[in-house]
Amino acid sequence: MAINWFKYSAPTTFYGLAGKLIPWFALSAAILFVVGLYIGFVVAPADAQQGEFYRIIFIHVPSSILSMFLYLIMAGYAALGLIFNTRLSAMMATAIAPTGALFAFISLWTGALWGKPMWGAWWVWDARLTSELILLFLYLGFIALHASIDDPRRADRASALLAIVGSVNVPIIYFSVKWWNTLHQGSTIKFTGTTMHVAMQQAMFIMLVACWLYAIAVVLARVRSIILERERNTVWIAELPEVRS
Amino acid sequence: MLGLLVLVIRRDLVLAMRRRADVLTTLIFFVMVVSLFPLGVGPEMSMLRKMAPGVLWVAALLSSMLSLGRLFSADYLDGTLEQMMLAPQSLSMLVLGKMAAHWMVSGLPLVLMAPVLGLQFDMSAQALGVLIIGLLLGTPVLSMIGAIGAALTLGLRGGGVLLSLLVLPLCIPVLIFGTGAVEAVSTGLSVTSHLSLLGAMLVFALVSTPWVTAQALRISME
Repeated sequence: MAINWFKYSAPTTFYGLAGKLIPWFALSAAILFVVGLYIGFVVAPADAQQGEFYRIIFIHVPSSILSMFLYLIMAGYAALGLIFNTRLSAMMATAIAPTGALFAFISLWTGALWGKPMWGAWWVWDARLTSELILLFLYLGFIALHASIDDPRRADRASALLAIVGSVNVPIIYFSVKWWNTLHQGSTIKFTGTTMHVAMQQAMFIMLVACWLYAIAVVLARVRSIILERERNTVWIAELPEVRS
Repeated sequence: MLGLLVLVIRRDLVLAMRRRADVLTTLIFFVMVVSLFPLGVGPEMSMLRKMAPGVLWVAALLSSMLSLGRLFSADYLDGTLEQMMLAPQSLSMLVLGKMAAHWMVSGLPLVLMAPVLGLQFDMSAQALGVLIIGLLLGTPVLSMIGAIGAALTLGLRGGGVLLSLLVLPLCIPVLIFGTGAVEAVSTGLSVTSHLSLLGAMLVFALVSTPWVTAQALRISME
């Protein structure tokens, strides 16, 4: 039996698949969030140096990781859409952008909340903070460019090119910010190589998985809306039970 | 190839000379932004001397954004750009020519003006020299990265603001090393590392941005 690998690369079939997958991802994300937060806030012990303040990392670290990975995934989908001219890839890239921007924002926000008691300042021009801020700008540029072009095909292709240029630039920006910062001064407090407590590791890992599942669920939900919007004049949309009723 | 490049540059320069006001506006904007800083932060010389490289670079960045909108828009509106894309010659080469002309019109005047403004900030002769070399290496990169944004936002509503939003984050490395070189002079560190990195960016931009901009133009003109 030949497997049709491209069956779900068409919006028509992917729409139904996404609809079936969303509840599973959403439910498991919700459960893992509760478990992860419980372990992180109740089970895990207080840190020797940072006391209770460190607990924000259970939200901060997963969202930072996701904000960076999602940009790469977005650029990957954008490149696929540009090279193979597949409609769904471009829709996926568009759907990922707001979630990535949200995680970048959460990462900055929680970083500021952590920085105030730890560094004594809401904001420090640390290399990682600065590059995260620039990453947020890149997301916003992508969203803004896509939003300001009326023709969806041109919007897809133009913003795809921007995402690719951005992903080439990300390492350059990261290293330049890093060198720029070390030239001025190192960050005042660092995680010195203290080994993490097992409960901390567990909480961190569970929260990371929960964030991934949440991101997937939200992106799938968003891509369904985009499909509905873009293909609203087609027959298969008109025949969907939820549209007919 | 080279003939084409010279031809495009000459054409764009002639067009720019016929509308001198546009060139001057960019330069005046640059001078004004730089002059506003001492009024904003106070006239203490020690502080101004420290701020000077950053102020000059940020002002150069902003004023190069200002003129980017014009890079393709006039040719786009009167249909010349479409003819250029139909031409048998390589579009990347044409784009490179337009970038070079844009830099000569909006980047080079800033480089020449910068030492005069630097004197207002009491910069040392050595720091001024490094500033000029840095600007000479860095402003072409700004024009080239900006051209990608200009091509992507061609013919869009509110293109100017959008263009800055897209391009400014990508220009941050240039800003960092441009100002870093001047600061290295005052702290007694070697300036060559910063300038080499700026040069590397220039070379990288030179080989990659014309092609990317050509692709962006094709997307925008479909």
